[in-house]
Formats: sequence, C-alpha cells, structure tokens
Amino acid sequence: MLSSTADHLYWMARSMERAENTARMLDVTYRMSLLKQTVAEPHHEWRAMLSISGLHEDFEARYDEPSAENVMHFMAQDEKNPGSIYNSIFSARENARAIRGAITSEMWEALNHTWLEMRRIHDEGIAEDGVSAFFEWVKERSHLSRGIAHGTLLRDDTFRFLRLGTFLERADNTARILDVKYHILLPSLSDVGGAADYYHWGALLRSVSSFESYRKVYRDLITPTRVAELLILRPDMPRSLTACMNEVNRLVQEINGPRSSELLRRSGLLSGELRYGSIDGIFARGLHEYLSDFLERIYELGDLINTTYFWSTDELPPAMFGSLPAASLSPNISSSSQMMA
Amino acid sequence: MIAFDEMHAADGSVRDSYRSYAEWLQSIPEAVTARKREEADLLFHRIGITFAVYGEDAGTERLIPFDIIPRIIAAQEWQRMEQGLRQRVQALNAFLHDIYHDQDILKAGRIPAEQVLGNSQYRKEMQGVSVAGKIYSHVAGIDLVRAGAGEYYVLEDNLRTPSGVSYMLEDRKMMMRLFPELFTRMAIAPVEHYPDLLLENLRSVAQEGVINPNVVLLTPGQFNSAYFEHAFLAQQMGIELVEGNDLFVRDDTVFMRTTQGPQRVDVIYRRIDDDFLDPLAFRKDSVLGVPGLFSAYRAGRVTLANAVGTGIADDKAMYIHVPEMIRFYCGEEPILSNVPTWELSKPDDRKYVLEHLSELVVKEVHGSGGYGMLVGPTSSKAEIETFRAKILATPDNYIAQPTLSLSTCPTYVESGVAPRHIDLRPYVLSGKEVSMVPGGLTRVALKEGSLVVNSSQGGGTKDTWVLEN
Repeated sequence: MLSSTADHLYWMARSMERAENTARMLDVTYRMSLLKQTVAEPHHEWRAMLSISGLHEDFEARYDEPSAENVMHFMAQDEKNPGSIYNSIFSARENARAIRGAITSEMWEALNHTWLEMRRIHDEGIAEDGVSAFFEWVKERSHLSRGIAHGTLLRDDTFRFLRLGTFLERADNTARILDVKYHILLPSLSDVGGAADYYHWGALLRSVSSFESYRKVYRDLITPTRVAELLILRPDMPRSLTACMNEVNRLVQEINGPRSSELLRRSGLLSGELRYGSIDGIFARGLHEYLSDFLERIYELGDLINTTYFWSTDELPPAMFGSLPAASLSPNISSSSQMMA
Repeated sequence: MIAFDEMHAADGSVRDSYRSYAEWLQSIPEAVTARKREEADLLFHRIGITFAVYGEDAGTERLIPFDIIPRIIAAQEWQRMEQGLRQRVQALNAFLHDIYHDQDILKAGRIPAEQVLGNSQYRKEMQGVSVAGKIYSHVAGIDLVRAGAGEYYVLEDNLRTPSGVSYMLEDRKMMMRLFPELFTRMAIAPVEHYPDLLLENLRSVAQEGVINPNVVLLTPGQFNSAYFEHAFLAQQMGIELVEGNDLFVRDDTVFMRTTQGPQRVDVIYRRIDDDFLDPLAFRKDSVLGVPGLFSAYRAGRVTLANAVGTGIADDKAMYIHVPEMIRFYCGEEPILSNVPTWELSKPDDRKYVLEHLSELVVKEVHGSGGYGMLVGPTSSKAEIETFRAKILATPDNYIAQPTLSLSTCPTYVESGVAPRHIDLRPYVLSGKEVSMVPGGLTRVALKEGSLVVNSSQGGGTKDTWVLEN
C-alpha cells in the first residue's frame, strides 16, 4: 500500500476516535460537575481536563475562566482549537476525501455526512440543554463509521491501518481519562463505598461505556482499585489499555514490512507488560506515574509507526538502498498483489 | 445555416439509426421521462461525479449536466470512423517519432521545418530520446464534428492528457440503470471494458524485459478539475493513484513509497502536464512533479504515457499538416477530413480571412477550452474590429476556419425537447496495438444556438450508442 494512503487511513480513524473520546471526556466532566463538589476550588475538573489534553495554554490565551461553558465550547466547537471535536471531524473527513478510492463509498458518505452535520450544528450553536444530545450524536457517528468499516471493508492493510489508528488513539484516551479523573476523585478515597463515591466512579465508568461491564465482572461495590484494574488490565474490556494494546500488537505483526522490527519489539513489549501486569504492582509504582509512562510509550509507538510506514525519502538512509535485496526492488515481488488493493 | 439533425431528416422523418429508439420514446409517458431525469440527477449527485471548479472557493464541485436522450451512430458509419481514427493516430505517432529523431518529413519538405522546430511545443529535450514501442500518444482524444450535409470532420487532436472518458463510462452505466429495456430492445455496442483496454495498453508499453509491470496513475491531486476521473480510472484498473510526493527517483529508477518499503514503478499514466513533471528538468517551481523523473525517462527506465513533447503534434499550427502526415507515413489518402483551414501567416490566406471575418471562426494557435476565439457570425462589429487588430499584430498566432454548423441532437431543455449542437470525442489507445471502444464521449452545448460544448462553459454530455447492426 502507498505510504500516503496508509497515512490518511490511519489519521482518518484516529481523528474520528478522538472526536468520540473528546465527547466522552466532556460528558463525564459535565456529569461530575453537576454532582455536589467536595473540592473547594471552582472549575477544578474543567481545569484538570484542559491540562491533561495539553491544551490549557491555548485556552488561557483566548478565554477568561475555565467554566463549564467556556471549556465545552473550546473543546467541542472551537475552529481554532486543533483538538476540538469540530476539527477532529473535519480532519477525519478531509483524510477520507483524499483516499475516496481506497475506502467503500458507504464509508465516505458517512464521514462526509457527519462533517456536513457538524458544520450545521456549529453554525446553529449548541444550547445548554443540548450538550448531552450532542455528545451522544458524536458517539453514534463514530460507532457508525466503525460499523461501516467492519461491515464493508476488505480485510487487507486498508482495514488494518484504520484499526491501528483507532486503537492507538483509544489507548491514549482511556489512559488520559483515567489519569485525570482518578486524580480528582482520590481525595474521597476515605469515603469508599459512600454514595458520592458511587456517583463519581459510576460517571467515570459510564463515560467509557463500562458501568454494566463492571457490574458483570465484579458483582460488587465500585472501588477505585477495581475501576483501575478494569480499565487497564482486563483484556475483555474493549476500551482497556490491555485490549487496545493487544489489537495494536496484532495489527503491526500482520502489517509487518521490512522496516518494522523496532516497532514490533516495542509494541510487543508494551502489550506483554500489560498482559502479565498486576494492579498491585501498578499501584505500588503509583498510578499517575504508571499512566504518564504509558502515554509516553504510546506517543513513541505513534512516532515509530510514522517512520516505519509513512516514511519520507528525506529520512531514508542512503545505505538502505545499497543493502536492499534485488528482489524487493523488482515489481514482481510476492506482496505486490496485496499492495495493489 | 441549417444544421444536420442526428435524429430527423430534413423532411421530418426519423433516420434509420434512431427508428427503434424513437418508437420507444413515443410510447413512454412524459411523467416517466421526467421522473427518470430527476433520478439521474440524484444519482450523479450521490455518486459524486463532479468536476472541481477553478477560481471559486477551494473544494467547490459541480455536476456536469447529463441528458437522457442518447446520441446514436450507425454501425457502418462507426466502422469507417474507426478506420480513419486508427490511420490518423498512427500517422501522428509516426510524426512524433520522426521529428524527435531523423526528421524525414522536414527533410522531404512536406512540412516547413521552422513551423516545427520554432514551435514552443517542440521539446528539444526529447530529441533523440527513445521511447518504448515508438509510441508517444498512448491515449488520444480526437474531436469530431458533423456538418450540414452529415459529413464528419476532425476538429482537433488531443494528444497530451485528454480527459472526459469517465463521463463516457458513467453515462453508459446511468443509461443501463434508467432504461434497461432499451438495451435488450436494441443492439448497442458495449464500452464498459475501456479500463481493461487502457490497462492492457499501458502494460504493453513497459520497457523490454519487464514481466509484470507496475503501472500507476499520476495525478496533480484532489484540487485538479479532473481529479474525479483520475481516482475513478485508477480504481477501475486496480492500480495505485499517486501524487508526486508518493514517487521518488534513485539511480535513474522510479520508486513509490509503500508501507512495505520502496517499490519500483515501470509505467506512469500521468495526468500532469509536461511542464510540471520534473522540477529538475522543466518548471523549477513545480511541486506536483517528481525530481529526477525526466532523467529516468531519458535513460529508458520508466515509460510515461503520454510521452513528453506530444504537444507539437496537436498544436493548431500542425493540424493543417495532418493529412500530409498520413500521406507521408501511411502512404494512404486520409479517411477523415480536416476542416478547411486558413493560415494567417500566409499572405493570401490572411487577405481572404480579413475580408471575411464576419463569416469565419478565428482561433488562437495555442488556445484551448474554447477561449481566445472569434465566432464571426455571432459577434458584433466592434468585437470583430477588436479581433482584427489582434490578428494584424501577430498574424502567426491565428488560424481561421469556416463556421461549421455542428450537427444537433434532440435534448431535454427547460421548454421540453429541442435540438442542441453536439460533438464527439472517441478515445484511441496506442500501444503494441491500436484499440478503442465504439463511440466515445458526446458533448452537447445546452444553450440554444451555442456551438461551445466545453464543460467549463456550460456543456453537458450524452451517452453515445454505436449500433451493432
């Protein structure tokens, strides 16, 4: 497959997943802000959300205080914020447009429609009582494009690069949500089992569609340790770090390629550590430290995917050409039919 | 001036080729055809068969109007046209090979040498370069028109990167979808295998010894007006659609960047103009091209289709010499006629043209797309005088032709069905062999009386049916 096509597929999926996760993150923050606060500092959770997204500087330059209204506007519809839902959907659509020929027409039409709707919503504005409906809509559109990919795409590298983008982005987001919310909720640890705790942790679980799963798996009270275990280590929880990394690791092995050894090593290591990790070990190290380290490694994997598959000739070592076996330069190599797809 | 109508003879009777269709059309209630027209519009919008419009805000896409009444060509008529097209394109390819090598036709004095060698479309860089199979114009679009008595003329040759073939294919698909019963009722020659023919043709011009050539389509990108066609053809042929930055050149060999590493490219069906192909060889500011591509091409390590430098053969100054090329290279009389043409560089011709400006069409030698021309009969005195001044300033820049009354075909317009002027662009493929699908793209000028069929100026398209019996 052309590197540029793979690049567009990967970012198309990442952008749509990011739109969905931003909606989830805003939704849980919004719900929590409606609950009674034990924290004295106003706008605490909105401030935390900005800092975990790494967007607080941009926000502070253009907005007054991190009120619910301001942050939601900034993260949902701000045209100048590259991380807003508005821009994520725009980027998903633009990437799809560049490779219309490589995806199914249903896939393109769904993304195009999502963007046209987003533009309309943006022009009309979102009313205070419409925010939840808007977040629901974003999630549904993301479910739809993922469903279309599943239902219509040939299972070749097109599909794999899409999935790669989805799971890498999702791992990143689950880690961020957990980190920021855990941080805020921890002061209430003493109150384990209390009613406030139930609502707060419940909101966090719902934001990653895990409330019912938690009940099924643990059949018990919601405790912070189990929430962390569910979202980090359960391989059967589709948004957990382990589940995402298992997928990423499987996908990079299937895509493979002559330049992929370092990528395979790193992703194998990370998914192996998760598979054989324990929640006690993670807490012994410190959850925040653990998650920060995970986010860094996810970032490095993204970088490696770039240099492995979306390489440009600038970064091509001249020696590589000398050492390429003649067969890989001839057009008759065995994988050429796969590349034609 | 009375135009030849494709469907009706002068006495109002229906011509043979249209008889079956006309009977069917009469039997269909108007409400049904109205519904079918709406359906066609809706489908074209949904599939997104559009062309990008230059100058308006980026990403604007417009539909090319589609008319549901087909243009029908009788079997025998097409046979003769096909022979003429083969002959003409073979001569043009032979001419291109000759002028970039021994220049026999110039030495024989059959074409004035300065008209070729002094022409801006003549590419010195191509002198002595060998191209695979001696083929230069692998895809040629020859524009044909039919005048008052029903005789065909070649209006112009398009030998660089002719476009429009995707509309031919989509128009056919649409007609089969809307009116399947017509295709069982009449024997209509198929055109859907064009992408197969094109791919086969491109593979046949790979360098000697390449067994399974890797063919790619090089596009300027999604903001080009014909991007839809580029993506469509690449998908239909199952080849990669690449932009300049997907390709790179090492050691005079062209590679594409893939997720599995560099992969060699053997044939490039390029839809980028010569000037933009390679910033090292041509325009330095081109960001669309591939640095080093021309060097790889000269070294015979990659095939470009069409070749560099074909513009010299489809230039309007060269057009008048095509019949002579056919005689010189094929030893035959031309089957297809040229439109009689006056060269304003010749004093006698110039004198005649300046005296008859109000009757003639005057064209710029290097103009295209229907711009920079004077249509005498429909122009005001002031317009004619302005143009006269332009001609006198640079007479070599112009040719003149009689105002042909292009044939008409019944077409749906706002007021109902009315005759509108049409032309025809068949696509001729040259590789190891010459091949084409029957018919081509019929363009129709939707404005009453208009002779300009270009899509950039309000033209539409029709499906073209060549009958098999």
